[in-house]
Amino acid sequence: MGGWTPACAGVHLMATVAVDPRTEYLLRLGDDALVLGQRLSEWCGHGPVLEVDISLANLALDLVGQATLLLGEAGDGDRLAFHRDVLDFRNCLLVEQPNGDFAQTIARHLLYTTWQHLMLQRLTASKDTFLAEFAHKAVKEVAYHRELASDWTVRLGDGSEESANRMADGLAWCWRFTPELFEVDEILEEMIDRGVAPDPRSLEQEYRLALASILAEANLEAPPEQRPIVGGRRGHHSEHLGHLLAAMQFLPRTYPDATW
Amino acid sequence: MYTTELQKTAKIENLEDPKLLEAFEARVTADEFIEPKDWMPEAYRRTLTRQISQHAHSEIVGMLPEGNWITRAPSLRRKAILLAKVQDEAGHGLYLYCAAETLGTSREEMVEALHSGKAKYSTIFNYPTLTWADIGAIGWLVDGAAIMNQVPLQRTSYGPYARAMVRICKEESFHQRQGYEIMIAMANGSSDQKRMAQDALNRWWWPSLMMFGPPDADSPNTAQSMRWRIKRETNDELRQKFVDITVPQAEFLGLTVPDPDLKWNEEKGGYDFGEIDWDEFYAVVKGEGPVAKERMTARREAWEKGAWVREAAAAHEEKRRARKAA
Amino acid sequence: MSSDWPLWEVFVRSKGGLSHRHVGSVHAPDAELALAHARDTYTRRMEGVSLWVVRSVDIVASDPEQAGELFEPAENKIYRHPTFYDIPDEVKHI
Repeated sequence: MGGWTPACAGVHLMATVAVDPRTEYLLRLGDDALVLGQRLSEWCGHGPVLEVDISLANLALDLVGQATLLLGEAGDGDRLAFHRDVLDFRNCLLVEQPNGDFAQTIARHLLYTTWQHLMLQRLTASKDTFLAEFAHKAVKEVAYHRELASDWTVRLGDGSEESANRMADGLAWCWRFTPELFEVDEILEEMIDRGVAPDPRSLEQEYRLALASILAEANLEAPPEQRPIVGGRRGHHSEHLGHLLAAMQFLPRTYPDATW
Repeated sequence: MYTTELQKTAKIENLEDPKLLEAFEARVTADEFIEPKDWMPEAYRRTLTRQISQHAHSEIVGMLPEGNWITRAPSLRRKAILLAKVQDEAGHGLYLYCAAETLGTSREEMVEALHSGKAKYSTIFNYPTLTWADIGAIGWLVDGAAIMNQVPLQRTSYGPYARAMVRICKEESFHQRQGYEIMIAMANGSSDQKRMAQDALNRWWWPSLMMFGPPDADSPNTAQSMRWRIKRETNDELRQKFVDITVPQAEFLGLTVPDPDLKWNEEKGGYDFGEIDWDEFYAVVKGEGPVAKERMTARREAWEKGAWVREAAAAHEEKRRARKAA
Repeated sequence: MSSDWPLWEVFVRSKGGLSHRHVGSVHAPDAELALAHARDTYTRRMEGVSLWVVRSVDIVASDPEQAGELFEPAENKIYRHPTFYDIPDEVKHI
């Protein structure tokens, strides 16, 4: 797709563990949920108004729950969450982006959750029983996420001048990370061929249309196309993820033998 | 607890119509509930507004010490539990602000009173959370003390407050248990974990006892608050109850309560315990707690940084209405 | 004048067949977000299957001062209650 990719993009970095494609796929979905849940949980106690604080915590709780299921299916969930380093995390770059202001958080959530919702709708038909069941449960949660992110995008985009500017900035920040959501590599290819994973390319059109319609309602222009930045699915992340993991993993890493 | 200024209960003015006042007192004595539109003495309204809003502020400021550990919770299960618990506290603050609003003060006014330092909140939240064991200790001790105070408030005389408390007590039933569960894991864990657990108990024990407020001798208006069923048991009664229940729980954990004077008193059927450092308590009430500045800064920042969001949503609704009208 | 978002009263139907019951209130700028806030605040523990929100200012309430004239007259109309009537025990299904 002509975007920026790290030099050794093709090399598989999870060198220590031989990972089968299904596990790899579970990690991608699970790490997305974990990292986005972790980000949203940073808002707890600091939201713009009490009611919104509660809403954001609900989103975070749904995501931590999804991560628990997915990483638990991939292996020992806590080990995977707390004892892998950046190179072994498989989340997309979008979800690890900093919260920024409320508009950037909403922009990030809109862009991710719209994709996640369309993907989960298709994943309910997966030939993989676990993933199909997971999708049936998660798709309801994420439908609400999508609704809420859309509602807020419209309110901020078509609110005050300041909120419109902030919303536009938030979208501009996140926009370069959306192409990664539709990237298909060998692993995903195999999952698609086996009927386990939906082909993200099949939902790209719908995704673009859905966003266009929300942005139109919000009186916002789509940001100009940006050079895609990818690499998260192969462990090549932004600088932000390391700091997120440093906080998240500090206890289990410092006291590796402890149970909590 | 959660309300540190009970001694300031307002005096009933002589301006009130004695007939109305008498009827009001009779209703309260008969355990009837007072509802928002009912007549009530101004002093009752003011005292309640102060008490409920302080309680709400305590819930909201109380999110911060525990919120400090959400991103660092040591397992996925603990992360979800802690997030849900801190979110509950936001909910409880919300229920309480709404209850106080029925008395005629807006949420904004209450929040501004908090941010200006005019309104108080529980002293306990002005202490820092240093280790993960503090999350256990807060659930065990702070929520334990809170429950003790809140359960009787389910029968408080003001309907909206009582109903909020019913909801809060129901939802909080898991809070103390999750805290104690963390303490069990820590107290039975590695030597590092045991050290954290004992240290947390050492730091949180006395501030927890202070949560029940000044000794009865220094709470001159307790009698009026009790008569109005705004308060149902005295500070010292609740404090004694808390010590008696909590000491055996500490023993079960194999932890030492940091009070050399703590001793079972067969005669009274309860523990004798050491003198509380009231100078410390009053200093913290005045806003001199170790992390009071951090707490207030965090609350003010959240509110100020949220202003444009609140304004934007209101502006959007106005636009939409205008479009609809056109 | 406060710049708080308007207050909404929240009503929850706890399960099919029951009526909606008042559970509390939330602040929200508009009806859609009022529903979202009500959902996020009052149905976190599977408390409901349906929600109503209504702006608090739109509720018309009776005046407590009139409680006497409004509700006490019902007290002496005990003939509206089935227990008012004497029916011999041997008569069934009535």
